[in-house]
Amino acid sequence: MLPFCFEWVYDMGHFVFHGGLWYALSIIGMGMTYCVIKSVIDTIKGGKGNHLH
Amino acid sequence: MDSALIPEGVKRCSLWKFLLALSITSGVLLWGVIAMLLCWIKGLNQTNMNDYYGFALWIWADLAVIALGGGAFFSGLLKYIIGKDELKNLINYAVLIGFICYSSALLILAIDVGQPMRSWFIFWHANIHSMLTEVAFCLSCYFAVLTIEYIPLILENRQINKVPFFHHLAHNMHGVMAIFAATGAFLSFFHQGSLGGVAGVLFGRPFAFRDHILIWPYTFFLFTWSAAAFGPCFTLFITWMTEKITRKKLVKDKPILLLAKISGWMIVTYMVVKSIDTWYWATHTAPSLGFNWEFFFKNNPLYGKTMLFSEIILGGWIPGLLLIFRPTRENSVTRTTAFFLGMAGVCINRWVMVLQTMAVPVMSFDSWAMYIPSWQEVATTILPVAYGVILVMISYRYLPIFPQEKELNPIEGSAGSVDKQVGQTPAGDDSPLQPAQI
Amino acid sequence: MKQEHTQHRSKRYGMVIDLDKCTGCGACMVACFSENNVPFKKDETDKRLSITWMKVYRIDNGRDFPNNQVCYIPRPCQHCAGQHEGHSPCVSVCPATATDYSRETGIVSQIYTRCFGCRYCMGACPYHARYFNWWDPVWPEGMEKYLSPNVSPRMRGVVEKCSFCFHRYQLARDKAYANRRKDVKEADYQTACTQACPAGAITFGDLNNPGHAVHQIVKPNDHVVKNKAGISIIGKSQNPNVFRMLERLGTNTKVYYLSSREWVRKAGDNYIADEKPEDMFAEQKKH
Repeated sequence: MLPFCFEWVYDMGHFVFHGGLWYALSIIGMGMTYCVIKSVIDTIKGGKGNHLH
Repeated sequence: MDSALIPEGVKRCSLWKFLLALSITSGVLLWGVIAMLLCWIKGLNQTNMNDYYGFALWIWADLAVIALGGGAFFSGLLKYIIGKDELKNLINYAVLIGFICYSSALLILAIDVGQPMRSWFIFWHANIHSMLTEVAFCLSCYFAVLTIEYIPLILENRQINKVPFFHHLAHNMHGVMAIFAATGAFLSFFHQGSLGGVAGVLFGRPFAFRDHILIWPYTFFLFTWSAAAFGPCFTLFITWMTEKITRKKLVKDKPILLLAKISGWMIVTYMVVKSIDTWYWATHTAPSLGFNWEFFFKNNPLYGKTMLFSEIILGGWIPGLLLIFRPTRENSVTRTTAFFLGMAGVCINRWVMVLQTMAVPVMSFDSWAMYIPSWQEVATTILPVAYGVILVMISYRYLPIFPQEKELNPIEGSAGSVDKQVGQTPAGDDSPLQPAQI
Repeated sequence: MKQEHTQHRSKRYGMVIDLDKCTGCGACMVACFSENNVPFKKDETDKRLSITWMKVYRIDNGRDFPNNQVCYIPRPCQHCAGQHEGHSPCVSVCPATATDYSRETGIVSQIYTRCFGCRYCMGACPYHARYFNWWDPVWPEGMEKYLSPNVSPRMRGVVEKCSFCFHRYQLARDKAYANRRKDVKEADYQTACTQACPAGAITFGDLNNPGHAVHQIVKPNDHVVKNKAGISIIGKSQNPNVFRMLERLGTNTKVYYLSSREWVRKAGDNYIADEKPEDMFAEQKKH
């Protein structure tokens, strides 16, 4: 028996909490997506580059 | 044998020596894994926890490693946001230590809950008013951030970096690392704080309960502050230990002294606030709930005023003062002593906030509850330590963790022979025997 | 006005235990075990591992014979309301909403299938009224046939506690519905411990209902008062012999105790130096 039904709660507390959480997750997600896509493009363009870290 | 994987221009011990050390540590790890499996298969009756001690050694370990791992978010904040560029020489190690601490904390939590398979309920049925919910969300997210910060290090391994995609990925991730670090600092602020809130909101437990600012008890801010203050002590202490074990200088004094100084000032300011909090709690909060503060430190075999003294003076003020004064900061012995005392102080703080809170009787006719952990609890608490040592060993051997290592430990001979020397390793155990050696 | 109206419409089930009548026989504990399928082990010597939804404490006045007096304090879950209805110590901390406060009845429930065993609620409860299932329940052979079909047994790794026999409330509600009544009768919903007590020490009912015996004994204050520490006290009894455990912490329980002995009433809370229970509201009285 799995709790498939998500209990949506609409109040200010939930908005603030989930707002903050998804804001952070979005940044992490978008940041990683950007890195992966840019790396794919860089790889396709060819050349290893001469990056210094 | 594994020379192709070792970073260029640095020297490592022989593979056999490495594997021997690895197998010894793995033995300890295995002991912990057995205890962990016992807890999962047979249940938490394997522990010495009871209905008075629902929170015990594991929750302390959890809080302690997260506080000590605070060096990662604070160093990241200093380097990427505040612009202390000097810390680039320490940041890799801080991230690695943070990654170990946070993954350990998650593992301990997975063992600690009675129904681990239901752990996801905390996200699905989240009670947003619970401090533990905030901990779970921010801890998981920040662990993701630490993983992201650790990945470029792995990608910089000599062989992995030869793959163009990974090379570019490492470079691009470095490029946006400031954004990840800022997100990490934001998440860290909340989960370190909410871990403090875990105890501070317990209005049924006068020993832990604190007054609030908005929805957050004072412990919320104290925990964040203390993690930022003492976390770097742990990073620097582990760096010092690594230098002793490898018998090499791995980081120059400048970044170490800089972080030590910042840590010192953070500790001193924290101690000012912590002392005020303790005074206010002892003279206002506890009496208003019917308790004389001395009640919490007598009539039991463990929790005396020595504990309070150890936390506030020995593990707080003394390391703070040792680190803010230049002569004691620049002296390796007093500096390292300060790191050690600081680590002990923050661990005692986490201990009393968890275990002493549980031990104190609240009902007037109840009695103090003492507890000694079972071997399964001890083994599963040591398990993350063994895991951490293994990860440090592997990372140190194969990844460019310390940017200054090459410069500080130049390998004799011409630049052209560097590869060859690295390949042969110092003892040359894994290279074919030379005629002269026969 | 709106709040007043709501308060009178909703129920606040609670009990008052007459400690002068309690003999410490333990019948309430046995009845609770039987009614709620509370698991037990072969070896129950370590009481901190025993599950006792209802637990009887023995206290004395600390004096020597012949002035020594003993009192037994039965302790079920106190069904705290907290600083505002629903902010019980345990409910406010449960991360997975596995324990809930019913504003309809004032009962603190436990959702066993949702609890994942973090035990934060146990740490939060100053009464030690919450219990963890360290083992899976094992019933003596044949006993499973005698388990109550109205209460689900709990599995290893979850927390459980007294529910004020909530299943009896459900049955009473069904009965009221079948009889086309809106309200549950006082006699139709009584907890197992109340009915089992041979001394009649436990009185259970709706604290909001002036017709119920529990209301008449407790005489709960309709207004929220603040004690001298500024903590809100909901349902403060106006009977001088009635007290609640740890009332000054602001847990606002719905289990009241009755005793004519002052030392017993004082044992219900903690006081520093020469503080007295009546001092707690001294400032309030002045106003």
